[in-house]
Amino acid sequence: MQRIGVFVCWCGSNIAGTVDVKVVAEALKSEPGVVFSTDYQYMCSQAGQDLIKNAVKEHNLTGIVVCSCSPRMHEATFRKTASAAGLNPYMVEIANIREQCSWVHKEMPLGTEKAIILGKAAVAKVSLNTPLTPGESPVTKRALVIGGGIAGIQTALDIADAGFPVDIVEKKATIGGKMAQLDKTFPTLDCAACILTPKMVDVAQNENIRIFSYSDVEEVKGFVGNFNVKIKKRARFVDETKCTGCGACIEKCPQKKVPNEFNLGMDNRRAIYIPFAQAVPKVATIDPDYCNMLKNGKCGVCSKFCAAGAIDYKQKDEIIEEKYGAIVVATGFEPISMDKFDEFAYSQSKDVITSLEFERLTNAAGPTAGKLLRPSDGKHPQKIVFVQCVGSRCSACAEKGKEYCSKICCMYTAKHAMLTRDKYPDTEVTVFYIDVRTPGKNFDEFQRRAVEEYGVNYVKGMVGKITPEGDKLKVRASDLIANKQINIDADLVVLAAAIEPDKSARPLATMLTASMDTNDFFTEAHPKLRPVESPTAGVFLSGTCQGPKDIPETVSQAGAAASKVIGLLQKNKLMGNPCVASSNQLMCNGCSSCERVCPYGAISYEDKEFPGPNRTVKTRRVAVVNPAVCQGCGACTVACPSGAMDLNGFMNTQIMAEVDAICK
Amino acid sequence: MQKITSEMLIEKATELLTNGTVSTVLGWKKGECDYDVSPAEFKSVEEVKNEFIYNDFSAANLSKYLIKRTEKVHGQALVFLNPEKKILVFLKPCDTYSFNQLLTEHRLDRESVYAVGVQCDGMIDIEKVKKIAGDGILSVDCSGEDIIVKTLYNDDMTIAKADVLAERCVNCKSKKHVAYDELLGETGEVIDSNRFDEVEKLEKMTADERFAFWQNELSKCIRCNACRDACPACTCEKCVFDNPKSGVENKSPANSFEEKLFHIIRAYHVAGRCTDCGECSRVCPQNIPLHLLNRKFIKDMNEFYGDYQAGAEVGSRAPLVNYTTSDIEPGEVFDRGDEDA
Repeated sequence: MQRIGVFVCWCGSNIAGTVDVKVVAEALKSEPGVVFSTDYQYMCSQAGQDLIKNAVKEHNLTGIVVCSCSPRMHEATFRKTASAAGLNPYMVEIANIREQCSWVHKEMPLGTEKAIILGKAAVAKVSLNTPLTPGESPVTKRALVIGGGIAGIQTALDIADAGFPVDIVEKKATIGGKMAQLDKTFPTLDCAACILTPKMVDVAQNENIRIFSYSDVEEVKGFVGNFNVKIKKRARFVDETKCTGCGACIEKCPQKKVPNEFNLGMDNRRAIYIPFAQAVPKVATIDPDYCNMLKNGKCGVCSKFCAAGAIDYKQKDEIIEEKYGAIVVATGFEPISMDKFDEFAYSQSKDVITSLEFERLTNAAGPTAGKLLRPSDGKHPQKIVFVQCVGSRCSACAEKGKEYCSKICCMYTAKHAMLTRDKYPDTEVTVFYIDVRTPGKNFDEFQRRAVEEYGVNYVKGMVGKITPEGDKLKVRASDLIANKQINIDADLVVLAAAIEPDKSARPLATMLTASMDTNDFFTEAHPKLRPVESPTAGVFLSGTCQGPKDIPETVSQAGAAASKVIGLLQKNKLMGNPCVASSNQLMCNGCSSCERVCPYGAISYEDKEFPGPNRTVKTRRVAVVNPAVCQGCGACTVACPSGAMDLNGFMNTQIMAEVDAICK
Repeated sequence: MQKITSEMLIEKATELLTNGTVSTVLGWKKGECDYDVSPAEFKSVEEVKNEFIYNDFSAANLSKYLIKRTEKVHGQALVFLNPEKKILVFLKPCDTYSFNQLLTEHRLDRESVYAVGVQCDGMIDIEKVKKIAGDGILSVDCSGEDIIVKTLYNDDMTIAKADVLAERCVNCKSKKHVAYDELLGETGEVIDSNRFDEVEKLEKMTADERFAFWQNELSKCIRCNACRDACPACTCEKCVFDNPKSGVENKSPANSFEEKLFHIIRAYHVAGRCTDCGECSRVCPQNIPLHLLNRKFIKDMNEFYGDYQAGAEVGSRAPLVNYTTSDIEPGEVFDRGDEDA
């Protein structure tokens, strides 16, 4: 029989405010196996921990139940305490009476009753706990960064600077991401390319960095320190090692009518292309959807003009397998589709554009060489209307928009408005907004300058409808402050479309077993204290894949993620989790259910001999768990029809004992 | 379509025993009454000729009996398995699905089995015969088109076979043999049956009505374990209901709550693996429609993950032990459960 000590924490008034901690401690005193029970103001404090240590010695405790906050908060703390007192750290159970009792119940009797029940369950479980010892695993000293935008670039550079090799996987033909498409950057208005492209060159020249462009992550197996990743390098039909990026092929390519995605389809490129002048790697790529040679075998012009002999129409997708110790997700964002926003006539008029399209229209490398011209007739627009929060903060229209604030739109709209007024003072610029949100260093000053110095007309109110009439766009809106309807005949309307995580993020999260929120943003391990780590060990988050961010924030998060990766990679060995699955081979049928649900590939099968009656030996197929690979998720224990699979620290019997204690 | 007779199967078994392909035959033999046909093992041509029977009561699914008989057991005292020779098993179409499912779960050694697929025209439910003919049945002749029943009180009653077909045969899901080495008679097609109609009726009930329905049905359970013992999906080395460590072993008709748990736990354990062979209901001495529990699971899985038939092919990944990115979100399943309640 175990000798169990129960320690009920007040958490100041956090718990004690709605849970009668004295009553809880008293009630648990009579549970089977409990020899000591007490309460204390702050159990996690040094004094509280000393209280536990002394009780262990004084009462010869073999198991500890701490009724306190979530185990995600302080389980590690109390395990260390137990360890310091000479107990096995896995003889500690936490009953979460804060998040699950005091914070969700308002009435003392209710909170107290539930706290007692949860305490009983923890006592029942700890009675069946056994000492566990973690194993060790080595660390592969190489990092993978998924996504080659500014977030991925900065993370990769920082990790490489610390001396560790890094691979960047970028799905597009070049790294650079969204930032490469931007014109100027707020609040200092330096040109995006001028500050980004030197970093891209740094990446290309850094000996510790490899770039897999035009590639996707196909499969991720393994665990922190030991990920096995398959990367699919899609065929670009150009030998990267031979191509010099001279562009002769592009000039000669007869297929000239391919929508140019880098300019968001506002002009055309060839079937063989380099996305933009400063692309890294500066290597041509053939678009198989448009190339005549690849589609029907008739052309081959680029091959004729390529002096380097780099064109290879028979190139195949290539799968590269590599081991990594850490993975950084930097998959970035996309503006949401405007298809569902018919009221803004995006699909009816070429002159209703998104803000990212506006960036390309004002960019010197864009379709108009930086001249602000209407897409429909190439004329200079005299009246421009900017509409903010298109699809953002859209709780009533969750079907088509997003409930969250996209965060960057207020600032880039102010930038667009200011730059327009600066370059074309004859243009009338109106911005419709719900709120102006500009909390950031020099951000509010920036927006005020747009209003006060550049005379941008800011109107609080939402645009109700935009109707194309002739070459004008009739904008109907309300001014909430003047309380009147406004009608503007605009020449150009710019929609500040909400941003959403890139579509590749969801399947990637599945591969990584990293959690996401309902908006498909990756979830951080702790929203305040561990913002760049995913709850999945060894997976880190950089940039907008975790939530809307501007460039300064993205870069600082990218650096933070890199420092976490460096901290992991400099370790030679990692302490494993002893709460791993194991199969009771006497009961195992070898049916393969567990192997099929195991996300880590930790289960294999072997034929094993078992003694039978009458001196016989029976050979049976049974499951074997590799404890170094198992992450203790428990999926196998649920899938196993015969209950042969069990999880150390969360044995079926322990779970049953908890349920029984709760239902008693 | 030719009618398959006992003689044809006996001839096939004799041939395979004589030429040394097989050493054992799994088939059926008659008990005291005509309708009392049970699974049997035959070791010689003589045994086969004397006892083997195949008729409209040869309903038992023999695939499960292969597990013990294909185990790799070696020892000084006994050698169960002659590796040179195989076991002959006769499988009706629905039995072949169980056979494949067992192969998928690595429960059988395919190399040790010689499977003969047998054409099936549907099996008779003796309970339905009794309802029409009454008690005191002396003989049932099912060699012709119709069934001829003799009872203590009635000579030569003729009953149409369609009127006494077993439920699972009325709602037959497939006449196709999905696994065999050789065929006797013809193999058919997968049938678009109405087997989910009964489940739909249950779904349309209110939660209280449904609870009352199952309360009534399951309270008849005498916990004889026949359903588990006959179920080709219930093949665990040690069943959780026989294992005191499982924590569910004593879920028995101790009270009105626990009596339900046995069947519900069992339905969960075979979910995704049940081929809907119907053996559970066939062997139930209390005539509890146990197959409806399994069929509800199958229907739900089909609706959530797309049509899936366990055992249709060897090695297929059942939706419950497979993940695809297009899988239904758990929340949607939860919400549907909410609507049903």
